[in-house]
Amino acid sequence: MKQAKTIGALALAGMGASLILGGAGIAKAQEQEFTAVSWGGAYSASQDKAYIQPYMQENPHVKINFEDYGGGLAEVRAQAEAGNVTWDLVDVVMSDALTGCDEGLFLEVDFDAELAAGADGTSPTQDFLAESQLSPCFIPQIAYSTTFGYRTDMVDTPPSSIKAVFDLERWPGKRALEKRPQYNLEWALMADGVAKEDVYDVLATPEGVDRAFAKLDTIKDQVLWWDAGAQPPQMLADGEVVMASAYNGRLFAAIEENKQPIAMMWDAQALDLDGWAIPAGGENIEAVMEFVYYATDTQRLADQAKYISYGPLRYSSLPLVSTHAELGIDMAPHMPTKYADQGFWTDFDFWADNSDELQERFNAWLVQ
Amino acid sequence: MAGKDATDSAGNGDGVMRTADGTPLKVSLQRALRRQRRRTFFLVVPLLVFILFSFVFPILNMLTRSIENPQLQDIMPNSLAALEAWDGEQLPDEAVFAALAADFQTGYKEKTIGKVGKRLNYEKSGMRGLFNKTGRKISRVEGGPWKPQFIDIDKRWGETDVFTLMRQNAAPYTHSYYLAAIDLTRNLDDEIVAQPQERRIYVPLFLRTFGISLLIAALTLALGFPIAYLMANLPLRYANLLMILVLLPFWTSLLVRTTSWIVLLQSQGVLNDLLVWTGVIDDDNRVQMIYNMTGTIVAMTHILLPFMVLPLYSVMRTVPPSYMRAARSLGANQFVAFVRIYLPQTIPGISAGTILVFILAIGYYITPALVGGQSGQLISNIIAYHMQDSLNWGLAGALGSILLLSVLVLFGLYSRVIGIRGLKFG
Repeated sequence: MKQAKTIGALALAGMGASLILGGAGIAKAQEQEFTAVSWGGAYSASQDKAYIQPYMQENPHVKINFEDYGGGLAEVRAQAEAGNVTWDLVDVVMSDALTGCDEGLFLEVDFDAELAAGADGTSPTQDFLAESQLSPCFIPQIAYSTTFGYRTDMVDTPPSSIKAVFDLERWPGKRALEKRPQYNLEWALMADGVAKEDVYDVLATPEGVDRAFAKLDTIKDQVLWWDAGAQPPQMLADGEVVMASAYNGRLFAAIEENKQPIAMMWDAQALDLDGWAIPAGGENIEAVMEFVYYATDTQRLADQAKYISYGPLRYSSLPLVSTHAELGIDMAPHMPTKYADQGFWTDFDFWADNSDELQERFNAWLVQ
Repeated sequence: MAGKDATDSAGNGDGVMRTADGTPLKVSLQRALRRQRRRTFFLVVPLLVFILFSFVFPILNMLTRSIENPQLQDIMPNSLAALEAWDGEQLPDEAVFAALAADFQTGYKEKTIGKVGKRLNYEKSGMRGLFNKTGRKISRVEGGPWKPQFIDIDKRWGETDVFTLMRQNAAPYTHSYYLAAIDLTRNLDDEIVAQPQERRIYVPLFLRTFGISLLIAALTLALGFPIAYLMANLPLRYANLLMILVLLPFWTSLLVRTTSWIVLLQSQGVLNDLLVWTGVIDDDNRVQMIYNMTGTIVAMTHILLPFMVLPLYSVMRTVPPSYMRAARSLGANQFVAFVRIYLPQTIPGISAGTILVFILAIGYYITPALVGGQSGQLISNIIAYHMQDSLNWGLAGALGSILLLSVLVLFGLYSRVIGIRGLKFG
């Protein structure tokens, strides 16, 4: 009897202790902290305002360290090889997501099980644009495009087709293009009369590549090549070039925010994708998944478009896109996805297979 | 102990100098020196560790990366073993395909097959896609015969090329990154051949990088020598003012200086506006001075100028003016005195400045990236591309090693010809 009492007392004491300890344990488990990295500048700012700050306000126990990086997978791979993954969530373009997925650097995500359904209840695989679901490691956020801006005061007739970029007689003057083969080869073929849907088939043949470079040859001495996204709007603003390929968000900022005499041409815009990827081997994957679920839902993606002119990749977000938070202008006409019909989607698999070779050839061509 | 002491003091007559406790002075002195040396060593240990981790280790890492080739060994061991018996002529038999299937299925499950595809894609475009596609499809296949199913997935499995390529890259170490870095490649017959003309890029870039670096070293010398001379020979008041003018840009951010050159040199920029305004050129023929080789050379020369001026100045200050006066009084004219008396005494400064500027210029990255356009790119821009964008670290390592080696060789040659002992950095 006495023994039983003692045991009972011990059990009670134990329960009490475990309650206290357990309580502390729960409180501790709720304190979450992880690191997300993105491109910096206006883009990171739009993410910060649209869902990082709101998420931390709604979930005071979560702390997100939001950092900048310059793109590319070098750091992600270095962390994976060192076995010390400190970036829990990385903002990447689709081509990097594909490469990272091939290398096993990123986790695969089951869209329907792990992402939010659309506001109207459609499943994520139905709600996200089909083009954005090429890689199971890529959690879609926005579509951006590389398109052409031109100086309204330096052209007689506004250019309306990609052919104008290669037409030095009607639109004389310097052009700025990005210093890489992607898009430039596609545009060269389109200007040479290849239909948009056939571009990659033609480019897959050696004759097609020759043809693209031959077309680029015709404007080579009138081209200034840019490296960083900030350069082409600056070149346009300085009057250094008549037209320039640039990210549509940068052109939007130059036109609407800085009131430069620049206009946009959507023809043959090259649509590309940006999204989250979760490095494999991180320690906070659960917390990150909860955040990603929130940050890529219908409302949050639509909110991001208040701060930057990139198009949300959910169909259900499109009708919710409202006005710019500071300028008050309607953002829907500035979404590249609105003009998707005039442009083309990058063939990521083609570039993953051929960029080693074409990059070398492009560099050799530049040096010649 | 006491007995030992006794014998020691007993042997005092041998003429050896001893300290108070009886140890020979020589031994005691050596001990003290050793202790001192040890203490000095401990003082430099932090630096040594730092250099080891931030310099020696990364360089060794780069060297190993440029020859490592573990992908096929680790991920496709069964296929490589089965391929050993293959004659290389006919399409391999079912046994090889079965081994392939096993490797593909594990590789797909463990998400490693992409690495093999990526590795082989460096040798032949399209391999990445082939391996990913095959991995995806073969993982759904239950069993053999494998050969027709592989060929069904992609007809390239019905040709010998892929197998030859796999066998060529089976060894755990490879020289193929070095071949690629000097525009060579290994063809399917195992012969080393030059890359097709339109893909040769690295050798011309290496040559250009060395050429531009040499030119910049020469330009900074030509521009820096008079400034340093002036600073060394003016009264201190003015010399200090000049010094501040030299150091001010030195302290300014590299990016700011590069961008200022864009503002000055661009075709709607200050210099062109000035030329148009004075009527030297007309408005339609503005000179292209930036986003090309000219821009790179101008901006880099300006940015690297202090690295030439400072060593020159520190050497020139030590040259006594009386030597020149003596030469003049002995009948040499200004020119002869300068060439035969002054110039030889500044050689250590010239050497140091030239080497410093040359080596810095060889590794320059951000300035050519911003103002270089198409013709002003240097090898470092390509290395950065392979580090960050293409993730081809093997090739980046090979290019980096070649750069390092050629700098060392040039440095060796230089010290042979001019003498490293004369070097004086400031």
